[in-house]
Amino acid sequence: MFKVTDYKQHSATEFEVLIDAPRIAAKAKPGQFVIVQRNETSERIPLTICETLPEQEKIRIIFQVIGKSTYDLAKLRPGDELFSLAGPLGKPTEVQNYGTVLLVGGGVGIAALYPIVKGLKNAGNRVITILGAKNKDFMILADECEKYSDELILMTDDGTLGRKGLVTEAMEDVLKREKIDCSWAIGPGIMMRFCTQTAHKYDVPTYVSLNPIMIDGTGMCGGCRVSVGDDIKFACVDGPEFLGDQVDWDTFMNRMKQYHTQEKEAYAEVKEG
Amino acid sequence: MAKRSYNKTPIREQDAEVRSHNFKEVVLGYTMEEGNLEANRCLQCKDAPCIQHCPVMIDIPGFIKQIKEGDMDGARKVIARYSNLPAICGRVCPQEKQCEMVCRLGQSKKFEPVAIGKLERLVADWSLDHPEEPADIAHDKGKVAVVGSGPSGLTVAGDLANAGYDVTVFEALSKAGGVLSYGIPEFRLPKTIVQKEIDQISAQGVKIETDAIVGKTITMDEIMSDFDACYIGVGAGTPNFMKIPGTELNGVYASSEYLTRINLMHSYEFPKYDTPIEPAKDVVVIGGGNVAMDCARSARRLGAEKVTVAYRRSVEELPARVEEYHHSVEEGIDYSWLTSPIEYIGDENGQLSGVKCIKMQLGEPDDSGRRRPEPIPGSEFIIPATTAIEAIGQGANHVLLDTFPELATNKWGYIDADEETCATSIPGVFAGGDIVTGAATVILAMGAGKIAAKEIDQYITEKKANTVNN
Repeated sequence: MFKVTDYKQHSATEFEVLIDAPRIAAKAKPGQFVIVQRNETSERIPLTICETLPEQEKIRIIFQVIGKSTYDLAKLRPGDELFSLAGPLGKPTEVQNYGTVLLVGGGVGIAALYPIVKGLKNAGNRVITILGAKNKDFMILADECEKYSDELILMTDDGTLGRKGLVTEAMEDVLKREKIDCSWAIGPGIMMRFCTQTAHKYDVPTYVSLNPIMIDGTGMCGGCRVSVGDDIKFACVDGPEFLGDQVDWDTFMNRMKQYHTQEKEAYAEVKEG
Repeated sequence: MAKRSYNKTPIREQDAEVRSHNFKEVVLGYTMEEGNLEANRCLQCKDAPCIQHCPVMIDIPGFIKQIKEGDMDGARKVIARYSNLPAICGRVCPQEKQCEMVCRLGQSKKFEPVAIGKLERLVADWSLDHPEEPADIAHDKGKVAVVGSGPSGLTVAGDLANAGYDVTVFEALSKAGGVLSYGIPEFRLPKTIVQKEIDQISAQGVKIETDAIVGKTITMDEIMSDFDACYIGVGAGTPNFMKIPGTELNGVYASSEYLTRINLMHSYEFPKYDTPIEPAKDVVVIGGGNVAMDCARSARRLGAEKVTVAYRRSVEELPARVEEYHHSVEEGIDYSWLTSPIEYIGDENGQLSGVKCIKMQLGEPDDSGRRRPEPIPGSEFIIPATTAIEAIGQGANHVLLDTFPELATNKWGYIDADEETCATSIPGVFAGGDIVTGAATVILAMGAGKIAAKEIDQYITEKKANTVNN
């Protein structure tokens, strides 16, 4: 089944696992995700595939502990098996040679950005990458992103690594300085929204990767629906990438709050347990 | 013999007040004595119309005769020749529109038809408690892939395994069963029954691979090269939304999400199970089919004080099973007939607070022969609710179809397959069930599975004969 083979802690809340998943490792492309269910009583949660290791038949997942389900995943150790792992899901990123691309990642969103950075570099783009984190301890994958970036800019809220400030400030500098053909922003909803607005001022299209609540992840329930343009889209099959300009951010972020009460209850119980 | 009773032998049910607070099965089933009594009502017609009106043509008088004679093993064997899922069909088939509708006894005044479904269920439940050793069959006639483990896929798989094929079923979810697992609630179809029936099919040698999404995890190309033939039974599981204003509000669900959370993910057992569901005092369910009934009755069991089903036609046109409609009324579900939602109203937190509806009147019959509902101007009103569930039907899921454009589809996006043979535009690829017909019933999906299994057997046999001859 889906056995965890390696485990690593990146920061106080960010963890990494390698999972034996030959079929997914062989097929996953940048931008795609899996649905993970730890135990039979667990919920199904979507997590982006950070990297595939097809020769080793493994996939690499990096996640942040934000509630009970991710808390349970953080306890995974080599040898543990997952109840269910489905993927690769969603539409892959349109990887092609755009010219110069700007990639912005925030927090654990960097794990989802990294395969796109790598893909776009390998497709011949000039790649400028901006990574943002709370402080230096929470900065993940900076070395790996650097390998596939022509320029890497690091931003932290407290200035403990790279520049102090928000990723949008670094974006402004780059956008003022040179012509960008396409950009991507992956991170918290609020960050993606502001990145989209920043790039919009310079007429640069921004792709964002939406992470709404999902259940099956295969287009069967509509739980992950988002308003894009004038239409209802299912992030699991139509996305998760959409043009940030077309996303109705208010309703997207509001729908994320739908189960806050229950999520808090479940997390409190497990932490005390 | 005792005089034939005019009415069906009554069946024990959980008390309506008690059951509206639990997810346990409502209908408790016949005892042997009750089953025997009911079996004795059957006229044993020679040219039995009930058989003709069963989509898998079970020899109904045949198995009822065995019950009469007290030979449950014999009854099991008769049913097993026709159906792989009798415990399920006995529970969820709309018998009043099929076998029981044409029962000769029921045709005579005063008499109700024989309770065929309840008798089938009795035999099937007995059979699950008395499992047979699976027959020792060599699976060497060829390899068949079945995509989707709903009722049609399981039927194809079971029949082909019995016919000597090496069958692998690919299922996208973590549990097999399709709508039997994620759609139909526990109180109508206990999941332990579904699992036992699926286990019996596995025991016949069928391999079921869960977490295998064809088109994503495995491609159709791989399936075409690894197997002699393939059956696509992926159902019609993509929800339609009415797309009225306010659809994005919190508290608005598609029936598929609501039922998947409850049935597959056990959210009614939160926090023992991790998947949450929003508890609501007032719930509006939109639609009039079995799915709408299932949602309304589930909402009630989750603690809703008032559940209103808004249906745009009247009770006469209700497509749901009569038995389930009655159950819902007993459980306190309210109906707002001739009612169509036009907008979801939200509060300042983006949470649903009410459903704005308009009253309808029935006009001239439409293409389907049913009178077309038309809105009455100025009749708008609001039903307060913090949860609304749209149960207005589903469409084809395109995850597989988008990656397999060679396969011909019709204008509704369903697979274009021959209803007589289940053959598609591609030789060796067969399809049936809801992905061909659009959302229909469990038994019709099984009927398609029966046909497909025969055709696949014939296709592979001929293909192998030709290879040998050449």
